[in-house]
Amino acid sequence: MKIGVFICYCGENIGRTVDCAAVAQACASIPGVAVSVDYKYMCSDPGQNLIINAIREHRLDGVVVGSCSPHMHEKTFRKACSNAGLNPFMFEMANLREHCSWIHDDIAVGTAKSIDLVRIAVEKVKRNEPLTPIRVPVTKRALVIGGGISGIQAALDIAGAGFQVVLVEKEPSIGGHMSQLSETFPTLDCSQCILTPRMVEVYQHPNITLMSYSEVEKVEGFIGNFSVTIRRKARSVRADLCTGCGDCVQKCPIKKKAYSEFEEGLAFRPAMYVPFPQAVPNIPVIDRAVCTYYKTGKCQACVKACGRGAIDFEQQDEFVTEAVGAIVVATGYKLYTIDKKPDDSQYKGYGEYGYGVYKDVIDGLQFERLASASGPTGGEIRRPSDKAVPKKIVFIQCVGSRDESKGFSYCSKICCMYTAKHAMLYKHKVHEGEAYVFYMDIRSGGKGYEEFVRRAIEEDHVKYIRGRVSRIYEKDGKYIVRGEDTIAGMQVEIDADMVVLATAMVPQPESAVLAQKLGIAYDNHGYFVEVHPKLRPVECSTGGIFLAGACHSPRDIPESVSMASAAAAKALVLFGSDVLEREPVVAKVNESTCAGCFYCQKVCAYNAVERREIRDRAGNLRKVVAYVNEGLCQGCGTCNATCPSKSVELIGFTDEQLYAEIHALA
Amino acid sequence: MNIGYFPGCSLTGTSKEYDMSLREVLAALDVRLDEIADWSCCGASSAHVTNHLLSVALPARNLQLAKEQGMAEVMAPCAACYNRLVSAQHEIATRPELKGRVEYVLEQKIDGAVTVLNIIELFQRIGTDAIAAKKTLDLDGMTVACYYGCLLVRPAALLGFDDAEQPQSMEALIAATGAKTVDWNFKTECCGAAHSIARTDIVVDLSKKILDDARAHGADAVIVACPMCHSNLDMRQRKMKNAADGHADIPVLYLTELIGLALGIEHKKLGLDLHFINPGPLLARAARKEVAA
Amino acid sequence: MKMPTSTWNPKIVAFVCNWCTYTGADLAGTSRLKQEPNARLIRVPCTGRIDPVFVIKAFESGADGVLISGCHPADCHYNTGNYHARRRWTLFHNLLDFVGIDSSRLHFSWVSASEGKKWVTVVDGVIDEIRARGPFERYQKANSEFALPPALFEAAAKEVQQHA
Repeated sequence: MKIGVFICYCGENIGRTVDCAAVAQACASIPGVAVSVDYKYMCSDPGQNLIINAIREHRLDGVVVGSCSPHMHEKTFRKACSNAGLNPFMFEMANLREHCSWIHDDIAVGTAKSIDLVRIAVEKVKRNEPLTPIRVPVTKRALVIGGGISGIQAALDIAGAGFQVVLVEKEPSIGGHMSQLSETFPTLDCSQCILTPRMVEVYQHPNITLMSYSEVEKVEGFIGNFSVTIRRKARSVRADLCTGCGDCVQKCPIKKKAYSEFEEGLAFRPAMYVPFPQAVPNIPVIDRAVCTYYKTGKCQACVKACGRGAIDFEQQDEFVTEAVGAIVVATGYKLYTIDKKPDDSQYKGYGEYGYGVYKDVIDGLQFERLASASGPTGGEIRRPSDKAVPKKIVFIQCVGSRDESKGFSYCSKICCMYTAKHAMLYKHKVHEGEAYVFYMDIRSGGKGYEEFVRRAIEEDHVKYIRGRVSRIYEKDGKYIVRGEDTIAGMQVEIDADMVVLATAMVPQPESAVLAQKLGIAYDNHGYFVEVHPKLRPVECSTGGIFLAGACHSPRDIPESVSMASAAAAKALVLFGSDVLEREPVVAKVNESTCAGCFYCQKVCAYNAVERREIRDRAGNLRKVVAYVNEGLCQGCGTCNATCPSKSVELIGFTDEQLYAEIHALA
Repeated sequence: MNIGYFPGCSLTGTSKEYDMSLREVLAALDVRLDEIADWSCCGASSAHVTNHLLSVALPARNLQLAKEQGMAEVMAPCAACYNRLVSAQHEIATRPELKGRVEYVLEQKIDGAVTVLNIIELFQRIGTDAIAAKKTLDLDGMTVACYYGCLLVRPAALLGFDDAEQPQSMEALIAATGAKTVDWNFKTECCGAAHSIARTDIVVDLSKKILDDARAHGADAVIVACPMCHSNLDMRQRKMKNAADGHADIPVLYLTELIGLALGIEHKKLGLDLHFINPGPLLARAARKEVAA
Repeated sequence: MKMPTSTWNPKIVAFVCNWCTYTGADLAGTSRLKQEPNARLIRVPCTGRIDPVFVIKAFESGADGVLISGCHPADCHYNTGNYHARRRWTLFHNLLDFVGIDSSRLHFSWVSASEGKKWVTVVDGVIDEIRARGPFERYQKANSEFALPPALFEAAAKEVQQHA
């Protein structure tokens, strides 16, 4: 091998405490070094030309530059090598500045150390192999999981940029929790009024394929090249024939067997139903668990009602596979229910609030439905038990949130605001009513948010009590709410007609399962985890997967929408090029020595290790070995160190290269 | 079945009937009590509000005695004793420096732990089937409210044998006697506890709220498993002026007494004549129905 | 620069991850934080890449001390590489004495990209300690006694190459 060594003075930065000429001279005698020179500024154009000319002149097949940190100029010098016709990966750097000249005063010490550092680099470069960057094609289609406001926004943004989007929603309609809200803070504009047009836009967008009542079954592949299998659950109604007239829903005799999910259990829905009138798509679904036909085979009411013959009792779940290049995860949240939880739950319930036995102790989403003009009470605030208008409502914030003893460490972020909104809406509807709010702190950071809370307190006279509620119990038809007023330093008891609990936001219960399908990280609550909390907040550690909305952490509508647009932008950046190019520092398996123990698979954080079957010519299975998917591998090398038979090597940092570096010190 | 027994001071004094009924019932259920020889104060009440070391050293001493006397499990019927024994064991296990200090003051090593049971856990061990099998009197004429108080179920992280906010274990046991239980609000409400002497007014106020709620939910007796709760709910009823409110007195029975009744044990042997509020009229009603042999 | 406790200069091999500790050492340089000159850094992508055998090889090659440093727990650039490394080292540390290597010559640390100062403290601390322990002669001597004489080694290597 012919290696060139180039020692940089970096002006005086290296030259002051390292005798660069002496280093160059000493390095010339390292076996394999064909040329060793020094120069004032290696990164300058003349410096680079010096390298280029040397490569050409001496037909070098390896280059070592002794200058600054590789984090500074590795790319620069690789490019120079490349320009001279040398493979850019036949290059190594010795860090003579940050790791030597800047930290030592003694010129003898600095010079000796510099020679050592160059020798290490020379030994490594001798064992480098020409590599080519990995190029993977990009499928310019996106999958959006979740049809709430975040998913809708992400889908519209990507589709608007001219790319195809598949939007998967597990419920029969898109819209998510936002469709359930009455008004939104801090403007009190009607949630449905601003959301519905966007839902329709999704439905009519030529670039969006909407798959409602569908779930992601399996995800394979990697950034730019995902293959996603989607389960399209059987609606028992043929989407191609249904006109959305609703006759079947009207005629369904099973009216009171299932609680409406949309109404948060405050009303019934038929076995044949659309979740809510503005549903998109407006195609009903049969709830097979309660439908008479599926129980006894006797009822045909919907079949008779349907003029189009769209009812199909025999319909089966269908599986479709979609090829996409990017995935936006926007699965949203759920409210934590205070009912007693099974013992294996990490969250403890609220026995002190009755474990959900009191009918008029409801949660925030239920209150939204009571306040909504389209809700079960037509927008009148009436308590669920006896439909009476409550004269006194107590709102309790932080039920779950910020309560370590119940298993939650985090703040749910939206409750301070929506509780103020609830209290305000109540006061607007029941003028003589009294509204109390128990709070720990008021967290109203956001444009117009603090002003909104002040309005609730000052204009609508909502009584805010700083303290926790220790118990709710029923007495003579009232709910006695006993709590502490920590400002007055006394115990308070309020005989309320209704209690609204601002229960914690939690991720969807299946979020961990989905995360495993996608190969993305999730925290101990089930929230998905971003790569970097500050600088890469919407990207997953698995390339090509982006996060939007409350599936990442509790957040309100404006934040969810911003995040969704950010996720869409990230997907669009990916779609900006036809192929992805990345450094070839990836692990590679030696199939002839791999024993198939798959320890590498266990330690891989990226699901990059796959199983590959080795067959003989007759097709008999000889063995199963590990195979590293280059698209997924990020090049950490943990598998390399773990492999008991040393059958997987990290290209660019092979055992041989590292042993040579170690040995160079002797 | 043999079980170590730590009676505690109350069961030899103010709640003698708890001890009497306990011994009777367990004998009937073939459980032998091995009383810890030379047991002393458990460290509750006065000790644990004045001297933390003492409140850990005293229970440690008793448990060490139990261990030395070959007991693997110790049952403490008094909720305060139970709480102290479990808490002390936890503190010694998690705080080595405290363990050292305790060993220093006790002048002996503390080695290993003893399982501490409360009365409910013991009955759970015996099993509702065993109780039902020995039942001679069906108590279905009685409707009772189970009162757990504070010490039996808290702190939840340490005791954790039942839900700290909505406990149900006593109800499950009482079902075996045939008596009905009510779903009510104040199962774990404070009775005023040791304020009984110094601030009787507080205790009367708090205990009255508990009894009023039990009564409002249709209970004609309150069942307890704690001597302190019993004395507050039973003894302080006189000061509650029940009659002035138009309320009848409400008998307060120990869990052991109720089970003893179902097992057909004589009232006197259960100490039912030792209460301030006479359970006689209630028992007369309940005794109407005998289990067919 | 601190006054060395003795004039002897130990050889220290430091295996550092690219993203945290290498960058932290860069920062120490950029901040001109003077350090003892004995450490030679070997850059790997992640502490997860560091095979325990590297440590033994380093001692065989004449190192008097070895330092391993990477991203703090929970900060790994590759999510979990440093956790795997930590587990590996916990086990390996216990085995070192068994294979005849004084385990106090192996040091671990977490140094982030922003901890230039910490890096200096760590490096100087390790060097001081190794200096106090003196050269690792016992192992190097035993190693040279059992190693093939260079001529034989060359011959063996050639043979292997011919068969390959």
